[in-house]
Amino acid sequence: MIATSTGAREGLEVRLEDLRRRFGTVTALDGLSLTLAPGELVALLGPSGCGKTTALRIVAGLDEPDSGRVVVGDRDVTDVSANKRDMGMVFQAYSLFPHMTAQQNVEFGLKLRGHDSTRRRARAGEVLDLVGLSSQKDKYAGQMSGGQQQRVALARALAIEPSVLLLDEPLSALDAKVRAQLRDEIRRVQLEVGTTTLFVTHDQEEALAIADRVGVMSQGRLEQLDAPEALYSRPGSAFVASFVGLMNRVPCEVQGGRATLLGTSVTTLDGSVHGGRGVALVRPEQVQVAAGGDDATVVHISFLGSFSRVTARLVEGTELIVQTPSATVQDLRIGDRVGLSLLADDLLVSATTD
Amino acid sequence: MSRGVRRLVPVLGLVPFLGYLTIFLLIPTVSVVVGAFVEKDRASLSNIRALGDEVVLRTLWRSIELSAESAIIGAVLGALLAYAVVTGRPDGTLRRSVTSACGVLAQFGGVTLAFAFIATLGFSGVVTEAGRDVLGVDLFGSGWLFGLKGLTLVYTYFQIPLMVIVFLPSLDGMRSQWREAAESLGASTWQFWRYVAGPLLLPAFLGSTLLLFANAFAAYATAAALVSQGSPILPLLIRNALTSEIVLGQSHLAFALALDMIVVVVVVMTMYALLLRRTSRWLR
Amino acid sequence: MTTARVRAHRRLQAFRVVVLTVLGLFFLVPLGSMAAYSVRVPAGGRTLDFWRQLGQDPDLRGAIVTSLELSLLTVVLMLVLLVPTMVWVRLRVPGMSRIVEFLCLLPLTIPAIVLVVGLKGVYAWVTYFLGDSSLTLTFAYVVLVLPYAYRSIDAGLASIDVVTLSEAARGLGAGWFTVITRIIVPNIGAALLSAAFISVALVLGEFTLASLLSYTNLQVVINLLGKSDSQTSVAASLASLVFAFVLLILLSLVGRRRGARRTAPALDLMAPPVAKEG
Ligand SMILES: Nc1ncnc2c1ncn2[C@@H]1O[C@H](COP(=O)(O)OP(=O)(O)OP(=O)(O)O)[C@@H](O)[C@H]1O
Ligand SMILES: [Mg+2]
Repeated sequence: MIATSTGAREGLEVRLEDLRRRFGTVTALDGLSLTLAPGELVALLGPSGCGKTTALRIVAGLDEPDSGRVVVGDRDVTDVSANKRDMGMVFQAYSLFPHMTAQQNVEFGLKLRGHDSTRRRARAGEVLDLVGLSSQKDKYAGQMSGGQQQRVALARALAIEPSVLLLDEPLSALDAKVRAQLRDEIRRVQLEVGTTTLFVTHDQEEALAIADRVGVMSQGRLEQLDAPEALYSRPGSAFVASFVGLMNRVPCEVQGGRATLLGTSVTTLDGSVHGGRGVALVRPEQVQVAAGGDDATVVHISFLGSFSRVTARLVEGTELIVQTPSATVQDLRIGDRVGLSLLADDLLVSATTD
Repeated sequence: MSRGVRRLVPVLGLVPFLGYLTIFLLIPTVSVVVGAFVEKDRASLSNIRALGDEVVLRTLWRSIELSAESAIIGAVLGALLAYAVVTGRPDGTLRRSVTSACGVLAQFGGVTLAFAFIATLGFSGVVTEAGRDVLGVDLFGSGWLFGLKGLTLVYTYFQIPLMVIVFLPSLDGMRSQWREAAESLGASTWQFWRYVAGPLLLPAFLGSTLLLFANAFAAYATAAALVSQGSPILPLLIRNALTSEIVLGQSHLAFALALDMIVVVVVVMTMYALLLRRTSRWLR
Repeated sequence: MTTARVRAHRRLQAFRVVVLTVLGLFFLVPLGSMAAYSVRVPAGGRTLDFWRQLGQDPDLRGAIVTSLELSLLTVVLMLVLLVPTMVWVRLRVPGMSRIVEFLCLLPLTIPAIVLVVGLKGVYAWVTYFLGDSSLTLTFAYVVLVLPYAYRSIDAGLASIDVVTLSEAARGLGAGWFTVITRIIVPNIGAALLSAAFISVALVLGEFTLASLLSYTNLQVVINLLGKSDSQTSVAASLASLVFAFVLLILLSLVGRRRGARRTAPALDLMAPPVAKEG
C-alpha cells in the first residue's frame, strides 16, 4: 500500500506564539498565535494583505519575526535557518526548477540529504505516484500544465518527508475545475501521509472544504480558529461572519441576551452587543419565505438549480437574501408580498456602527 | 495587367530598399568573399594560402587572445555589476541610472575612448602623473597602454556595460521562488548556486561572453587610434593591407583577412544564438 | 540579535557597495582625467585655451560641420528608405518581414572593418558618379545605423495597429503617400525620434569607414590632431562624447516615456545587441 510505503507517521504539533512582524510602517503580523495539532490541516483564511503569507514564511524560516516564537514538536525553531527546518513548501506558482525534469525536481531535496541515486529514484517514484504523475516524470516544467506543475511541487515538498507542510495559495493560479480537483487531491494525500499542514488561501470555499480547522485572519491577527461548520454557523465576530459565506445584516433590538427580529425572539451568541439597537447576522438559509405574508416585497429571484435566492426588501428598507429550495418559490413573482420567518435559534448581533 | 503582374506589384514596393542594400551591403560582403579568391584579376588561392603565413596566424591568435581576455574580464565584472543592480530595488534610481549609463557606455568606443585612456594613463596622463608625483610609481612603464595589455584594459571599458545590458534580463528571469524552494528543501547558499542558479545562468553567461568576444574581435577604431605602429591584431593588419599596396607579396590580402574575420564572427555568433535559445526557454 | 538572515543581508550590501564603488571609479576616472587633461598647463594652473581652440581651428570646425551634415543626411536617407519599406511590409507583403528583418540586422554581425574592404570597390563608383565629397559617406552610414533604427521603428510600429489605421484612412480616400506621412508617421513620432538620435550618436562617433575610405569627419580630424596637439584633441573628444551622451540619455528618456516598448530585446536571438565602436 502507498500509505505504508510513504511512511505515514505521526505528525508534529506546530505552535506559532505571539508573532509580530513589521515592514517599515506596515504591521504585517500583530501578535499572531496559532497551534496546529499533530497531523492536522489548518487553513489560514483572510483578505489580501492580512499577513497570511508573512505568517507562512516565518514558519518556513524564509522571514524572521520581530518577536514571538515558532515551535515544532518540542523544538524552538525560531532561530533555525530555512534550510535546516525540514519543512515542505509549495508556492503559488512557478517554483519548479525549470532546468530539471519533474523527477529531478522531486529528487533534489533527497540529493541534498545525500541519498544515493537508487534510493532517490525509488522515493521520487513513490511520491510522483501519490500525486498521480508517474507518467510525466521526464517532463520539464515548461512542458506541463499548471495543475501538473503544482502536483510536482507538492510531490517535491513531500519527498523529503517534512515535519510540516506549508502551502501558500497553491491553487490560485489554476482554473476553477482543476482547482477543485487538486484541492481534494491535496487533502487525500495529506490524510495519507499524516503531515501537519498549514494551508494559506483567500478563497473561503477552498478553506472550508479542505481543512480540519480554519483560522480567519484580519490585520495581522487571528480572529477565530474553528472547525468549518462551527465557523459558519457560530462566527465569533462580525468580521468572520461576513467573510465566511453570504451574510444578511438585519437591524434588531437586543435586551437581556435576546434579540427580536422578523417577529421572532432568539438568543444572542457570545460576542454580541448586550443591549439597545444592533445588527443581527443572518445566513440566507436561516430564513424561510412564504407567499402571502406581509413582511417584505420580492425584489429579485435568481434560480441556481435546486436552490433559488430570493431578495426581499423589508418594510423599513433593509434588503435580505433568502436561500430556499426552488420548489418553494415557483409561484413567486417580483413585487409579491411575502412573509419571512427565522429558522435560527441563536444569532450573532453586532453593534450598528460596524 | 495580368494577374501575375498585379500580384508582383506589392513586392515592387520593396525595390528601393532591396536595391540600396544590394549595393551597399550585399555587394561589399560578397565581394569580400569573392575577392579573397582573386589575385591579380585571376582566380587564385594564393591569398587564402597567405592566411597560413606565420605573421597572419600570430596576429589572428593575438586578436583571439585580446578578444577572449577582454570578453572574460568584461563578462565577469559585468555579471557582478548586473547582480549588484538586480539585488537592489527593481524600480530604484540606482538601477535606472546604471542601466542608462551602461546603454551609453556600451556605445562609447573608438577614437574618443582611446584618447580618454591616453589622458588617463598615457605618458603624461593625469593618473600617470599623479602616480609619479604622489606615490613615486611609474604607471606608464614602457608604454604597455599601447600594447595588447592596454587594449585589453581599454576594451573592458565598453565590454562591462555591454555585459550588463545583455545579462541583466537573465538575472531578472531568476525567480525568488526558486531560491526559496531550494532553501526550504535544505539547500545552503552554496548548494543553491551550485545546483540551481549556476546551471540556469551558465548558458546565458557563456552566450553573453561569446557576444562580447565577437564585439571585441570586430573592434577597430579604438585600436587604430591607440596603436599607430605595427599591426598586433587582425583589424590593424587589414588596415595595413588596405593602405599599403602589397603585404606579404599579396595585393588582395585584405579580402582574405576580412574573410577570416567573417568566419570567426559567424562561428561565434552561431554558438551564441544556440546557447541563448536554450536559456530563453527556461527564463521566461 | 544578528541572525543568519541579517548577516547574509549585510554581506550582500557590502558586496554591492564594493562592486558599485570600484566599477564606478573605473568608469569615472578616465572621464575625469579627460576633463583635467584638457585644461592643464604644463607649468601648473588651468586654462580654457584648448577648449577655445575647438571653435577656432579651421580643420576642426570644418570637420564638425561635415559630421553634423553627415548625421543629418544619414537620418533623412535612413527614414526615407526605412519607414515606407517597413510600413509597406506590414501592410502588403508580411511574408517578406523575416527577410527585411534579417537584412536590417545583418550589419551587426559584419564588422565595420570587413565592410570597408568590400566597400572600397563600391566607393570607386560612388566617386565616379558623385565626386569625392566626404558627404558621400552617408550611403555607408545608413547601412551602419540600420539595425538600431530598424529596432526602434519596429517597436514603434508594433505598438500601433498599422493595418486598421491605414485601412480606415484609405477608406476615407487617402492615397498611400498620405497614409504614411499623415497617419503612420505622427503616430510613431517617438520611435522615429529615437531612431534619429541613435543614428546621430553613431555617425558622430564613426571613425573606421571614414578613415579607411580616406574621407574626413570629426573623428578622423580628432585622431590626426592627437599627434600634434593632444590637449585640444582630448577637449574635442570630451566635447563630442558629452554631446553623444546627451543624445543617448535623451534617447533613453524618450524610450521610457513611450512606456509600451517591446520587452527584452536583449534576448532576441536574431538581434544580438552588439555595440558598434566607432
Ligand atoms: N517584503 C515586504 N516588504 C514590505 N512590505 C511587505 C513585505 N511583505 C509583505 N508586506 C506587507 O505586509 C502586509 C501583509 O502581507 P502578506 O503578503 O503577508 O499578505 P497576504 O495575506 O499573504 O496577502 P495576499 O492574500 O494578497 O497574498 C501587506 O500589507 C504587505 O504589503
Ligand atoms: Mg500572500
